[in-house]
Amino acid sequence: MNPLIMLTTLQYSVAQFIPGGDWIIQLIFYLFFFIFILYGQKIQMYVMIREVQGSLYRLKYIRDEGRKITIETINEIGKPQSDPTPRVDRFLEYFTISPQSLDPAGIVWKLEHILNIRDARFKDEVKLMAPSADKTQAHNLENTLEAAMALNYIYKIIRHFYLLGKKTLSLYVIMQLQMVLPLVMREAEAYASALKAFAYGQPIGDGAGALVAASLMHGHETRKIPEDCVVATVQIEGRSAFVIKAEGPGGNVGKPGDAIKTIIEENEGKIANIIMIDAALKLEGEPVGEVAEGVGAAIGGPGVDQFKIEEAILKHRIPINAVIVREDVGDAVSPMRKEIFDAVDKAIERIKQVILEKTKEGDKVIIAGIGNTIGIGQ
Amino acid sequence: MQEASSDRTRVSPYIWLLVIITVAISLILLLLALQEITSEQKDETLATYLLLAGAVLLGSAAYAMIQTRKRVFRAKIESHPIMTTIECKKCGFKSTREFQRGDYIFKESERCQKCGNPTIIAAIYREVKEKEKKRFTS
Ligand SMILES: [Zn+2]
Repeated sequence: MNPLIMLTTLQYSVAQFIPGGDWIIQLIFYLFFFIFILYGQKIQMYVMIREVQGSLYRLKYIRDEGRKITIETINEIGKPQSDPTPRVDRFLEYFTISPQSLDPAGIVWKLEHILNIRDARFKDEVKLMAPSADKTQAHNLENTLEAAMALNYIYKIIRHFYLLGKKTLSLYVIMQLQMVLPLVMREAEAYASALKAFAYGQPIGDGAGALVAASLMHGHETRKIPEDCVVATVQIEGRSAFVIKAEGPGGNVGKPGDAIKTIIEENEGKIANIIMIDAALKLEGEPVGEVAEGVGAAIGGPGVDQFKIEEAILKHRIPINAVIVREDVGDAVSPMRKEIFDAVDKAIERIKQVILEKTKEGDKVIIAGIGNTIGIGQ
Repeated sequence: MQEASSDRTRVSPYIWLLVIITVAISLILLLLALQEITSEQKDETLATYLLLAGAVLLGSAAYAMIQTRKRVFRAKIESHPIMTTIECKKCGFKSTREFQRGDYIFKESERCQKCGNPTIIAAIYREVKEKEKKRFTS
């Protein structure tokens, strides 16, 4: 609704009632005109600030809800002696400093070391917060806390730029914030539903790879291999396949890099092929649960595991194939959609096809299901 | 959370007041228009303008209402029902129930309702109703 058009229409109608009304309306008309010319940008900026403020309220709500669910879950399954709230609040502010990359040689090992320390600290903290949680529940709680931390971080960053924008009244600070907000909000919503899934121990979309591996190894004997992974030897089309996944059903991604390296070394490098299955981000417009195939180490995360796998296969010149299940950010961290669940059979078909085409009977292959195995046993 | 909800209630009375005033003005304008139309020496252009202004104001009031409604509606974290499917290994009998804490895929579950053999949890998933029309799918 344009106020200028409304004014012009009113100008004519009011002029007929009041003698001299024409003059007053005309004055108001020009006043409006100049206000819009001189302060148009300011007005636009305030509208933007309002918009960001609305999103910020929502972010705050999501973060507080996440914190509440986390504390409730800790109280329910951890049965702590004292109130875990202050400990959780302190933990939400926990940060990790990534290693210096000025001289990048050897940075992977530094990063791995830092991540190991972080992991150990998380485990200790969860043990203190929830002494009576079993291993599965402790894993789930770790994941829940991590999601709560992410939500807290997103809220603080957006709040920082919102307050900065208000303080400086710089159109560019506010505009940048307003432009990225839709994507940030999507991410926050995704973390919020992830947090719920973690708290209840429901399988998430990211677990598609783990679920494929679990389906392949189900009914076979499994043994543990480092780090937090399990392996089963399964006969597929006359080949012996070492099926690897993170140990479930607790929220856990394991260290598939170490696991694959272990299996390769156990077999002295005599592996004909490695097939990795993972959930991968889809582009908008691609259907959820679509299965695609390619080459390379299909694994996300900080990159340590991908690096290790690539090192190991390079040493023994082992070919590597990847099968991915497509899904978007929201699907990847929220409870597994039916479409993704149904994609498991298609992915298994693809794996069998690759094995038939790329290997001979009697060969040894590694099939690694990558992803968070929360809510998925073996 | 308490702060956020108190903020929301702090905002809404103003919006309400604004909406009520707008609705009142628009009703007066519409009444004037009606009076103009029914009066003996009627001025059709004036009646049209009054009608137009009244309708626009009423429309904007309705729009503001819808907007605030939307915001209240969106202030929940979405949750879909999560279903657990239990399958009998022997006879293949399947049953579906709502997810319970502790469920996981391939967990041994209660005895089969039909044949009494052990069952496992075969699937845990969330069903999403896709609202959007499918376009550019290939
Ligand atoms: Zn049965």
